[in-house]
Amino acid sequence: MTKEELKQKLQELLPSPIFEDGAEWPTATIDPSAWKTAAKQLAAAGDLRFDYLFCVTAVDWRTHFTMVYHLTSTIYRHTLVIKVKLDHDHPVIPTVSDIWRTAEFHEREAFDLCGIEFTGHPDLRRLFMPDDWKGWPLRKDYEDPVNMIKL
Amino acid sequence: MDVTPQKTASFPGEVHPTAGGGILVTKLDEVINWARSNSLWPLVFGTSCCAIEMMSTAGAKYDWSRFGFEVARATPRQADVIIIAGTIVNKMAPVLKRLYDQMPDPKYVIAMGACATSGGPFFYNTYSVVKGADHVIPVDVYVAGCPPRPEALLHALITLQEKIRRGPS
Repeated sequence: MTKEELKQKLQELLPSPIFEDGAEWPTATIDPSAWKTAAKQLAAAGDLRFDYLFCVTAVDWRTHFTMVYHLTSTIYRHTLVIKVKLDHDHPVIPTVSDIWRTAEFHEREAFDLCGIEFTGHPDLRRLFMPDDWKGWPLRKDYEDPVNMIKL
Repeated sequence: MDVTPQKTASFPGEVHPTAGGGILVTKLDEVINWARSNSLWPLVFGTSCCAIEMMSTAGAKYDWSRFGFEVARATPRQADVIIIAGTIVNKMAPVLKRLYDQMPDPKYVIAMGACATSGGPFFYNTYSVVKGADHVIPVDVYVAGCPPRPEALLHALITLQEKIRRGPS
């Protein structure tokens, strides 16, 4: 499927996606409420079959968070990037670990370092930081007077 | 026969040739230090990119075996020197301490590169990095660089040998 065909298909599938131009892969921004349904369709639809979630990223923009999901199909070899904008004070998004098992650890990482809450995640605990750690160290407004020397 | 005492550059002491052999005049401590300095077994330990340079130093091109570092050991119980090749984070610090404690005396430490020396590029605005491995264990030789070239590590190893030969200061 070419980039244009894929875009056309996504236009039908996703509710009001906003596309970005100039990126390597088709990139669509969608609403957090639409994400779970969209994810299920992207994985299942016969001519899409995005069966591999190869990267999950959380971006702190200070005003909001963006979750970035990189999906690819091992059958059709097409790739798609989905971005979801989240509230900064209360970043909540449904988990996709039931669709792509790999998200289980990726989401734990995003939770551990950026404090994104994934509803429905089976085991949302800290991954890298010690269990008793307070705060989300990769947030832009993170302060740690004990370990951090500010420049 | 010639019986003038003979000295060699690296060996501490004099050899007095006699008929059918010779007599060695030296200090035992110095001979022990000389022996130690020429057979330092490094611990297999690397936490980031410095470890790649360390492996290169061990490899055929730079070959630290030429100076007596041949036998890298995968257990601290058989190692004489630990080369801290890379960043030490807060979670790694207790592991490093334990490895050092498990090494038998006499033991030596080389802090390789900017991270092990001071935290280096991770000195500012980092929640996780120990700002210098000498906060955890005592260091004998520091190597500058990010990462240091194999020549720099070889120089550090030879500096350590000289330090050992000089004896306790």
